Amino acid sequence: MRRRKNIFWIALAAPGILWLAILFIVPFYAVLAIAMGKLDQLIEAPVAVWNPFAWSSSSVIDVWRDIFGSASFAGPILLRTILYTAIASLLCLLIGYPAAYFVARFAGRRKGLFLVLLIAPFWISYMMRMLAWIDLLSTGGYVNKALGWVGISPVNWLGGNSATVVLGLVYGYIPYLIMVLYAGLDRIDPALLEAGRDLGLGRARTFVHVTLPLSRQPILTGLLITVLPMLGDYYTNQMLSGAASTSMIGNLIQGQLGTPGLEGQGAVLSLTLLLVLLIPMIYYVIATNREATR
Amino acid sequence: MTATKTPGEPPSPAIPAPAPAPGVAGRRTRRAFWRNPWRHPWFLEGFTWLYLIWSLAPIVIAVLFSFNNGRSQSTWQGFSWRWYFSDPVNSVWHDPQLHAAVIQTVRLSVLTTVIAVPLGVAFALGINRWRGPVPATFNFVMILSYVIPELIFGVSMFFVFTTLFSTVHLGTLAEVLGLVTWNVSWPAIVVQARLVTIGRHYEEAAADLGANPFQVMRRVMVPLLAPAIFASAVLVFSGVIDDFVIVDLLSSSAGNTPMSVIIYSTQHGGNGGPALNALGSIMLAMSLIIVILGYAGYRLLTRGERGGGVAALAAISGEA
Repeated sequence: MRRRKNIFWIALAAPGILWLAILFIVPFYAVLAIAMGKLDQLIEAPVAVWNPFAWSSSSVIDVWRDIFGSASFAGPILLRTILYTAIASLLCLLIGYPAAYFVARFAGRRKGLFLVLLIAPFWISYMMRMLAWIDLLSTGGYVNKALGWVGISPVNWLGGNSATVVLGLVYGYIPYLIMVLYAGLDRIDPALLEAGRDLGLGRARTFVHVTLPLSRQPILTGLLITVLPMLGDYYTNQMLSGAASTSMIGNLIQGQLGTPGLEGQGAVLSLTLLLVLLIPMIYYVIATNREATR
Repeated sequence: MTATKTPGEPPSPAIPAPAPAPGVAGRRTRRAFWRNPWRHPWFLEGFTWLYLIWSLAPIVIAVLFSFNNGRSQSTWQGFSWRWYFSDPVNSVWHDPQLHAAVIQTVRLSVLTTVIAVPLGVAFALGINRWRGPVPATFNFVMILSYVIPELIFGVSMFFVFTTLFSTVHLGTLAEVLGLVTWNVSWPAIVVQARLVTIGRHYEEAAADLGANPFQVMRRVMVPLLAPAIFASAVLVFSGVIDDFVIVDLLSSSAGNTPMSVIIYSTQHGGNGGPALNALGSIMLAMSLIIVILGYAGYRLLTRGERGGGVAALAAISGEA
C-alpha cells in the first residue's frame, strides 16, 4: 500500500522533473559545451563539444583577454555595470524604504488603496514603462518643456546619458524592492515599537533601535531582488540610451548572441555571470525559505 | 495604538514663562505638534505620494497620448481612435506587424498557461509527498529557475535551440517551451505554500474513509488547492503578457514576435510613433482585465476565508 502510494506521487512529479531536466539542466550543459567548444572557421559558427575531455579553452582565453588584457574593452563595461547597479539599487532603497515604511506603518484604513498603487507597476509591461519615459524625455517631451519654463535649454536625455540609464534602472526595478520591504516591515510586531516608545525612546530613536535592525533581512533580500535582474538587463540601456558609452554586461552578452564568431564568448560570459551570482541566489532562496517557515 | 502620552516622555525643557506675547501661542502649538509622539507623519505621506506620482504619471500620460489625433507625444490634438484602428496604414489594427504581435502575445499566454499550470501543480504535489534525494534536488532546481536572472536563462534557451535541439527552430514552439520552463515555478511554489497551510488532515481523513489516491486528489485536494491553482494561472498568464527577454531571444520573424518585443525593437533608436503607445495601452488593458478577473475570481474561491481583499491582492501578485 505504502509502495503504491509512493508510485502515485512519483508519477505526479515525473513530468515536471523530466521537463526541468530536459529544458533547464540540459540547456546549461549546452551553454557549457559551447563555451568550451570550438569555432567553425568557415562559417564562424560555434561548434558545441559535448565530451568534457575534448574541451578547448580558446573562448575562455578570449574573454579573459577582453576583460583584463591590454586592449581590454570589456573591463570598463564590467566596472560600469557594477557602478550603475550599485548606484541604482541604493537609490531604489533610499526612495523605496520611506514609501514602504509609510504604507506598512501609517496607511491605516487606506492601506488597500496604497497597496494597489504600489503594486500597479507589476501589472504594467516593463517595455510600456520605458516607452512612457522615452515620450517624456524626448527632445520635445514634457521634461524638456518643463526645463524650458525655468530657462534651462533642452537636454539630450536619450543619446547616451548615464543619468538617464541609472534612473531608468531605478524606475524599472524599484517596485520589486518596495514590495519586499513592505512585506518585511508589515510583519514587525507593533508591540515592539510601542515598547520602545513606552521606554522613553523618541520617534527617531525607536526607528533606529527597533525598526531598522528588524528590517535588515528585508533590505538585503530586497536589494538582491533588484541587483540580480539589473546585472542581466540590456533592454533598459538599449531603449533609453543605445550608446556604447553606457553599455553594461547584459548588452555585451546579448550583442554576442547571433554575432558570428562571438557566440562562444557570449556563452563564457553568461556562465561566468551565473557563477558569480550563484552564491547570492542561493542566499536569497535560503533567506526567503526561512522567512516563509517562521 | 492608543493616543496616551508615554510616561517616559522627557520633562518639557524649562520654558521661560513670562506673559505670552503675540506669536508665542503659534510657536507653542507648533512645538506641541513636533512633540506629539503620535502625530501623523505628513512628510512621509507626502514623500509616498510623490513617489506614486513619479511611478504612475508617465504611464497615464503615455496612455492618454495613444488617443492623440496627431503624431506628437506632448501636444494634445484632440481625441481619436486613429492609432488603434481608424488609421488605414499605421494603426495597430491595420499594420500587419502590430496586428500579428497582439495575436502572438495572446497565443503565447494561453499556450503557456495551459501547459505550465497543470505541469507545475502536479510537480508541486508529487515533490511535496515523495521523500528522497531526487525530489529534493529537483525542488532546488525549480527554485533556482525562479531566481536565476532571465538573461542567463534566455541565453541557455537560445543555445539549446540553435545547437542541440535544432529541430525546434527559433519561433513560437521555442518561445512556448522557454516560457513554460520559466513560468512553471509559479504554480509549483504557490501550490506548495498552500499545501503547507492546508496540512494533511483532510486527505488522511478521506483515505481513512476509503478513498483511493485518485479520489483523494479529485474530491479533496484539487478543490482545496483551487485558489492557489487559480492564482498561479493568473500569475503565469499576466507574466507571459509582460515577458520580454525570453521571447526577444527566441523569436525569429515578424510572425512570431509578441508586443513587448515590437515595442522594444521599434522604439529604441527613434520615435516609433503613437501606434506604439496604442500597442502598449492594449497590453496594459489586457493585464488589467486579467488582474480584475483574477481578483474577483480569487475572492469568489476564498469566500469565508480570512484576509479579504488585501490577501487576494497579495495572492494574485505573487506575494503569498
